[in-house]
Amino acid sequence: MAASSVMMPYFSQQVSSKSDMVPDWTRQEVSTGTTIMAVEYDGGVVIGADSRTTTGAYIANRVTDKLTRIHDRIYCCRSGSAADTQAIAEVVAYQLGFHSIELDEPPLVETAANLFRASCYRYREELTAGILVAGWDRRKGGQVYSVPIGGMLVRQPVSVGGSGSTYIYGFMDSNYKPGLNKDQCMELTATALTLAMERDGSSGGVVRLASISEEGVERRVILGNQLPKFSTH
Amino acid sequence: MEKLCTDPRTRGVSTGTTILAAIFDGGVVIGSDSRASIGGEYVSSKTINKVIQVHDRIFCCMAGSLADAQAVIKAAKFHLSFHSVQMESPPLVIAAASVLKDLCYKNKEELQAGFLTAGWDKKNGPQVYVVSLGGMLISQQVTIGGSGSTFIYGYVDAKYKPNMTKEECLQFATNALALAMGRDNVSGGVAHLVVITEKGVEHVVVPGDKLPRFHDE
Repeated sequence: MAASSVMMPYFSQQVSSKSDMVPDWTRQEVSTGTTIMAVEYDGGVVIGADSRTTTGAYIANRVTDKLTRIHDRIYCCRSGSAADTQAIAEVVAYQLGFHSIELDEPPLVETAANLFRASCYRYREELTAGILVAGWDRRKGGQVYSVPIGGMLVRQPVSVGGSGSTYIYGFMDSNYKPGLNKDQCMELTATALTLAMERDGSSGGVVRLASISEEGVERRVILGNQLPKFSTH
Repeated sequence: MEKLCTDPRTRGVSTGTTILAAIFDGGVVIGSDSRASIGGEYVSSKTINKVIQVHDRIFCCMAGSLADAQAVIKAAKFHLSFHSVQMESPPLVIAAASVLKDLCYKNKEELQAGFLTAGWDKKNGPQVYVVSLGGMLISQQVTIGGSGSTFIYGYVDAKYKPNMTKEECLQFATNALALAMGRDNVSGGVAHLVVITEKGVEHVVVPGDKLPRFHDE
């Protein structure tokens, strides 16, 4: 189908007739091939992402902000198609804002996660979106929910996503323990993202971090030259 | 859509396996998991040994098509022992790696096999060589391969330090294999490790229940 060849950029070269005349990236879909991570701690969550958006081999945006506000204390980390995830996040932010006004109290993270899951599952054939929903609410404190491609919903104490995440599963499994505090979570996230960015061609740029708790949202950026270095061997 | 990431055309054909090799102070550790599976659905062997000895102090691990790798290693063993007789001395590790590289490069159209070669020789001490799919040969301090290796790039980058002791390196290799086996469904079983030093060769087998466990297990 014509529509499916647009949504599968890996195969578009085979069907395009003018393969040498224009750069490859003009025919590629914009993707946040990425690394995202979210960790719960007692009292809140820490979320992080790289900052690279690519169209094929061209980096369309090297300072992307993939940590998107859904509500005062609820953020999402986006991976997959940039267009799809922006559209879904906008819809969910609207739905959640409306719901919060009706309730006359701040919304639950679980509610936001379910709204994401509802959209991602219903339109699973058309979408390419892997999302981590993280935030703080009064009922359950800090929570991380993973909504991967396909539209599953699962709560996890720590979760990684995006193309770069495969490289850091081992690091995450060995370095995460329950009971870390906020600063330890920040360091774990920054280190894990750096390791992934070093190995994944679709991840790179700066590391964006945010911590969400009852007090509010605190954002931080770690520039390329300030990232931890690992011995190159 | 989610099938894209697991489609062999995008992922590349690789043996369901995890292999690694790392240099420490005075020697080298080479290791692998022990699972052989058919299409990722049936485990045909839980205890296969993927670390092959090609000479007294030179071992290989295979990646890619098992059939191609076995054929190449058989030819390489012959070449190497003949070379060793001609030279009247044990072969260098780079000689073993070069023999593999030659076979892979000259037959690159037909073959889909890559190798990790690790060993010790008198001239250059402990060494690790990687022969990739097309026949490139490079020397590295630490290297990983197989389908399970993608999950431990971050761990290896963070944890490997040059000039570790033998015990530290063994622990590092065991941890790395255990982490990969925990995330890759076509890697598993026991961890086969071989430690090669000037003094000789030591086989270490870590059974499944003795493998390190991590926070969610």
